[in-house]
Amino acid sequence: MGEAARLYWRLVGARVRSQLEYRTSFLLDLVGMFLFSFLDFVEVLIIFHNVPRLAGWSVAEVSFLYATSSPSFAFADLVFGHLDHFGESIRDGSFDLVLIRPRGTLFQIATADFQLRRLGKALNGVVILAYALAVLEIGWTPGKVAVLLMMIVAGAVIFCAVWVFMICIVFWSVEGKETANAFTYGGKFLTQFPITIYDQWLRRFLAYVVPMAFVCFFPALYLLDKPDPLGLPPWVRFASPAVALAAAGCAGMMWRLAVRHYRSAGG
Amino acid sequence: MRGSVLLALFQQRSEIGGYGAGDTITYVWLTQGLLATIGLWGWKELGERIRSGDIVIDLSRPLDVQLGGLAFDLGRAWYHALFRGIPPVLVGALVFDLSGPPSLLAWSAFLLSVALAVSVSFAFRFAYNLSAFWLADYRGMAALAMIAATLFSGFLAPVGFFPRWLAVIAYATPFPAMIQTPIDIFVGKASGAAVAGALAAQAAWLALLLLAGRALFAAGARRLVVQGG
Repeated sequence: MGEAARLYWRLVGARVRSQLEYRTSFLLDLVGMFLFSFLDFVEVLIIFHNVPRLAGWSVAEVSFLYATSSPSFAFADLVFGHLDHFGESIRDGSFDLVLIRPRGTLFQIATADFQLRRLGKALNGVVILAYALAVLEIGWTPGKVAVLLMMIVAGAVIFCAVWVFMICIVFWSVEGKETANAFTYGGKFLTQFPITIYDQWLRRFLAYVVPMAFVCFFPALYLLDKPDPLGLPPWVRFASPAVALAAAGCAGMMWRLAVRHYRSAGG
Repeated sequence: MRGSVLLALFQQRSEIGGYGAGDTITYVWLTQGLLATIGLWGWKELGERIRSGDIVIDLSRPLDVQLGGLAFDLGRAWYHALFRGIPPVLVGALVFDLSGPPSLLAWSAFLLSVALAVSVSFAFRFAYNLSAFWLADYRGMAALAMIAATLFSGFLAPVGFFPRWLAVIAYATPFPAMIQTPIDIFVGKASGAAVAGALAAQAAWLALLLLAGRALFAAGARRLVVQGG
């Protein structure tokens, strides 16, 4: 484990160094990412320009949801975002190379194309979190600080798990990027709003199948002292880490299953 | 999904910026259908050709680079309309009660408007790709263009939902002519003389952008020095 971590840093570090070589270009990319991910938030603002509250949530509260899901998503995107292009290595058979190297397959894929500029997506989350925290009056206790940190970490793990799980489609169908994106980017979009605004089936799907509701909705209920509109028991609000671990386990198993299914294109 | 969010608004208000709940659902499915057809995002072919120097080949062909490109792009739009434009709208029409154009005339106005929207979008993409003549790395420019287009075209939310000042800015740009105008015609928000006005506005933007693109292209081509090889 320790050795894997060291190796990860070395491989990713090398990528980062090469990307920082062209500094202006890198900064432009970073700013571009920052502005582009800011558009989602502009949408939130446009919506609240038309109504004062959405399903009983104020603009500051929805901003809080946005701001806590954003860094989680950005982290997952940083670590696994390039999996979107993974289908190509299945098609042209270059995944063979990965199989003959003496390291975990997922580990190699994760280090294959690390893009530091994706950090731009996390930046806007931090900015908006600062805004939301300044406006909201949360009675801070050590417990709440812990839950805030926990939800961001657990959320990141859940997003990572969904990313890995969904991209496994490409082992069977080669073209799977769009479907996977519907769950990763789409999931990110869904987490930005209180889940009570969705249809019942979508709400259940989010809470029980793809555990997006655990990224920030349930913990946020606790932090903002809001009643649970679904009437679930209170421990659900603290269940995110357990859910995240379970999701990661599922994703890991799915990946193994998928790799075993792989047949080379003979490249 | 975006639909659920926008629809939640209508639990509290019956109409926003002239759009009712049914119009908004139609809007959501149509934007999905139009996105690929219009080619709102990411087109770097020309920029890449300028960067690599392949543009020289285009210059020596007996074909106008801009109008030839437009012809290609309209062909691409046909393909995308058939395979990525119509299917989502059909799915939407099966599941929801979409509000379609009321008459045959409105349908033809809509189709004309989409064709104009594709052309406006191409003329705009052509213009910003030309920044590759002056900048070694034109991707920054492309990213800015994409951000502006996403926000102001009405892809994010109907322009009618915007605060007034933002809507005014949006309508001072060519972007609503790419997404918002065809949708307004489809849901019948614009009718009669307003349709003619909207189509004329699209045509005016198209002419303006094409001319600007030509001027930029001529200036860039004069400046062009290509590495031999």
